[in-house]
Amino acid sequence: MASYPSDLKYTKDHEWARIEGDLVRVGITSHAVEQLGDITLLDLPKVGAKLEVHGNFGTVESVKAVSELFSPIAGEVVEINAELNDKPELVNDDTYGKGWLIVIKPSSSLDFLMDAAAYEAFLGSLDH
Amino acid sequence: MTSPTLRRTPLFDAHKALGGRIVPFAGWELPVQYAGLLKEHAAVRTAAGLFDVSHMGEMKIEGAASEEFIDSLVTGDLTQLADGKALYTVACKEDGTILDDLIVYRRGREKFMIVMNASNRDKIAAHFDPSRGGAHSKAFVEKGTLTFADISDETALLALQGPKAVEVMKHAQADDAITSLTSFSLTEGTVAGVRVIAARTGYTAEDGFELFVHPEDATRLWNALLAAGKPIGIEPCGLGARDTLRLEGRLSLYGNEIDETTNPLEAGLGWVTKLDKPRDFLGKKALIAIKDAGLTRKIVGFQMVGRGIGRHGYPIHAWTGEETPSSAPVGVVTSGSPAPTLDTNIGLGYVPAALAEVGSKIGIEIRGKLIEAVVVKTPFYKRQKS
Repeated sequence: MASYPSDLKYTKDHEWARIEGDLVRVGITSHAVEQLGDITLLDLPKVGAKLEVHGNFGTVESVKAVSELFSPIAGEVVEINAELNDKPELVNDDTYGKGWLIVIKPSSSLDFLMDAAAYEAFLGSLDH
Repeated sequence: MTSPTLRRTPLFDAHKALGGRIVPFAGWELPVQYAGLLKEHAAVRTAAGLFDVSHMGEMKIEGAASEEFIDSLVTGDLTQLADGKALYTVACKEDGTILDDLIVYRRGREKFMIVMNASNRDKIAAHFDPSRGGAHSKAFVEKGTLTFADISDETALLALQGPKAVEVMKHAQADDAITSLTSFSLTEGTVAGVRVIAARTGYTAEDGFELFVHPEDATRLWNALLAAGKPIGIEPCGLGARDTLRLEGRLSLYGNEIDETTNPLEAGLGWVTKLDKPRDFLGKKALIAIKDAGLTRKIVGFQMVGRGIGRHGYPIHAWTGEETPSSAPVGVVTSGSPAPTLDTNIGLGYVPAALAEVGSKIGIEIRGKLIEAVVVKTPFYKRQKS
């Protein structure tokens, strides 16, 4: 079963956000990973790209499907996970760790994001 | 969420018990994967995988006129098909476009079974069977030389595929007559004590068997094969792996490479289109005219050069080196995905005849950007014959 770390914030687009000082690290949730299956290709923005809240910042592709990535917050991309170029499977193996996607210097608040309990309740509402 | 109109195969509960992720497909609820697509794909290439393909349609066609009748509706030459042999073929409309691709199994001199795609069951039944509207067979049926039975609902179909399929079948106490079948042959017998029609056929570009079985016996046979295959690492496999396996083998998928807007010649199915066979068949005249006029487009296999995956429906352009397309597309991708065995991204698509040569550079339009690809020889994957 998927588990949702309590130190993270979540979006309805199935992204997670972790506050790290002034910066926010972003990835996709284990629910998204399960839905996608084996991930084979990620298209991530360049460092310096400006993102809007819910703005498209790339795509993630599994063998079967393409999904768009949406930013949880507004801000500037300060780092991307270059290791995913050669090892996209890190997202499957360790989505809350080595499978992170980008780091953002935020220019908007994270207050409106869901906590783990709210995200799990949201997922529950999708099943029925 | 489940829709009441979706149908379930007799193995539905077995799929759930194995953790299969169920998706709607061609009107059926079927597993897209269990342990994971890549793991399942690898199992079929190196050991064995077991698929539930009970959604496929089956029809029995029997009687003195059965060979003549089927031969008049398919592109293959049934006069060359011996008893106990199977033939991959295509049924065309009068204009040469494709109604469905089929496997015709000759169970006896006047005894045939045809297997069709799930999505085309009603269409093919209506084309063949006069009680469902088929005009071509009416005269034979009236003479009493032809009978039909749609046996889809009383037939489950399991596909055991992989280089170790024979080993698994032996462990499952399959009759010798079954394990010694040659490619595209069939026989009746028992596997794990279950009555089957067994054929050495499949849709994975790998060795293997397809087993037709009564729905009540399907779960028993499924479980017996999984148990027999456990020591060699068998995996239950879903629709996801089925698709990547067939694509690597360059096997056509109805609705992608072939449909009622394509003909078998441009679809690369010339090898099953016997324009010089003794008997006339529906679509032959149109296909000869198409051949004489020369093909304007052809299916090619391509391999991605740039970073990207060209998928079903993506536009194809001539490669100009430009980052974004500056003119209209010249073709379209019919299937595309990562090729797990080859560790590259591949696809099939229609291109103008001028771009169909191996080595031709093409650009796949992926979300507005042109990504380079090259036309390559197919099949992408060919198994090593032992």
